[in-house]
Amino acid sequence: MRTIIALGAGTFRLGRFSFLAIGLGFIFQTAFLSIRGQELHRCPVTNLFEVLIFLAWSVALIYMVIGPAYRLSLMGAFTAPLVFLIQTLALLAPIDVRRPVKLPANAWLEFHASMSIVAYGAFALACVAGVMYLVQERQLKTHQLHSIFYHLPPLTDLFAAITRLLWVGFALYTLGLASGFFVDAPLPRVQMMCAFGVWLLYAAILQGRHLRRLAPTRVAALCIVGFAAALTLLWGISFTAQMHSLP
Amino acid sequence: MNFFCVGLSHHTANVETRERFAGDGETQCVLRSSGCTEALLLATCNRVEVYAASERRISTEEIARCLSRKIDKYVSHDETAAFYRYEDMKCVQHLFRVASGVDSMVVGETEVFGQVKKAYESARATGAAGPILHRLFQCAFRVAKQVRTHTEITRGSVSVGSVAIDLAQKIFGNLAERKVLVVGAGETSERTARALFSRGVVDLRVSNRSAERALELAQLVGGVAVPFEQWREQCRKIDILITSTSSDKPLLGPENLAPMLRDRVDRPLFIIDIAVPRDVDPRVNEMEGVYLYDIDSLQSVAEQSLALRRQQITAAEAIIAEHIAAFKERFEHRPARHFTGSTHSTMSESPMRVSEL
Repeated sequence: MRTIIALGAGTFRLGRFSFLAIGLGFIFQTAFLSIRGQELHRCPVTNLFEVLIFLAWSVALIYMVIGPAYRLSLMGAFTAPLVFLIQTLALLAPIDVRRPVKLPANAWLEFHASMSIVAYGAFALACVAGVMYLVQERQLKTHQLHSIFYHLPPLTDLFAAITRLLWVGFALYTLGLASGFFVDAPLPRVQMMCAFGVWLLYAAILQGRHLRRLAPTRVAALCIVGFAAALTLLWGISFTAQMHSLP
Repeated sequence: MNFFCVGLSHHTANVETRERFAGDGETQCVLRSSGCTEALLLATCNRVEVYAASERRISTEEIARCLSRKIDKYVSHDETAAFYRYEDMKCVQHLFRVASGVDSMVVGETEVFGQVKKAYESARATGAAGPILHRLFQCAFRVAKQVRTHTEITRGSVSVGSVAIDLAQKIFGNLAERKVLVVGAGETSERTARALFSRGVVDLRVSNRSAERALELAQLVGGVAVPFEQWREQCRKIDILITSTSSDKPLLGPENLAPMLRDRVDRPLFIIDIAVPRDVDPRVNEMEGVYLYDIDSLQSVAEQSLALRRQQITAAEAIIAEHIAAFKERFEHRPARHFTGSTHSTMSESPMRVSEL
């Protein structure tokens, strides 16, 4: 919030605040997930509340791993509100419904769920970088440069980060999807089809990028669309999983 | 002991008047005889100011005579009317504003900070600046740094040339690996090519109707000459295109650029059209991945930056006000001997003259 206000007032200066704030939040998230996991004796993704907290944790994790590597200024300022939004939604919405989980803890199923959510974290950051790209691109095209423009990373650096985040997310998501086939109990067909649909969407984006058929602005816009689709799917899966008491 | 500032700046006097009172080799003698115990002359292209401390009041006319470059040293009333005078805390405030770039013609320019620092260091080295000016200027440097760090007063470029280079860096980041084509080998092209070269561009290509002139400029900036008939083909490979020919009609439009962009969909093309009339059709800016800036849009960006800087003046003034209050408190509570101690020397050496911009 501090960064956003500073940007609005035109007094933003680069600092370590975003990284530290997200780092501190990450420690609390880890503590919460750890306590909840010990309580449940399984990976804490048994309801939508836990899934959203796990997702916010994944976004923070990927940011802390990827952010410093690419040294993308303002990435934190765009990431923090996303984490804040996801967590606020999780905390305010009446979704922390505890129901007895019928299925025993299954390593493959937990790997499938957790890996997929961590992949969503990478897709979320690609979405954040996509928003940053489109904001900057728009200002460059219209020749109207606002205060925020001077803090955004160069376009080509942002695009490189988007591409790498997409590859990281795609690889993790592929692992998560593939592990789903090793689960003893059959997973709901509709969920698997939707998950495969999201996988195909990201595969198409990466293919378009690789073959140079998609312009960077399209890739950036598709990152936002892809993440919106992934979030919808995540909500759908969590909702139906609760109905079927799946983890 | 009081301290004060007497001077002229672009706000109060035209360049002729500033030239007339820019000081010379004799300035030191007049200042000495006028009774200044400490004195420092800050002279830049936009201002001539004397910062001084004295036991008795020294009139503005005396300082003006000291700065006058006329042999007879006669200063009329009309001429001194252009001078401003700030005493004590007003003087502190003025120096803080000057050092921070708030009072500059181009708000937020940082060059003045270096000039103030140079003037102070030279005056200190010769003993012209004593403990009062030492404290005053050290505090001014801290204020200027804080203003630069905590506001956006230095943000953005305010000249057309630097805007173009900054935009290139905002699009591509490091320019070292970028390919640049300069079409038209006039003076503007040469300046821009040199600016790019100084920012690390290695791959520079030059094209001109006159092959000899293209070769000449290419050799000057360490680039290669490209035949004028082939420059459009280069758009397949290059990242930055700078055009400044004297052509009456646009040389590049969406029709002839589109085929060049087919294989470079993931690479932006930055076009700087500094020709008048323009060399590039404005519709080119609507093409995917192409960023076209002509002289007007570059000027507009420069003005936006300046407006952004002006918006920061309030924030800068707030920082300055805090430091004035702190300085005042320290100054009033500090025993006088700290300001007139043994290190204090009279104006025995020449006040410093900062080289003009």
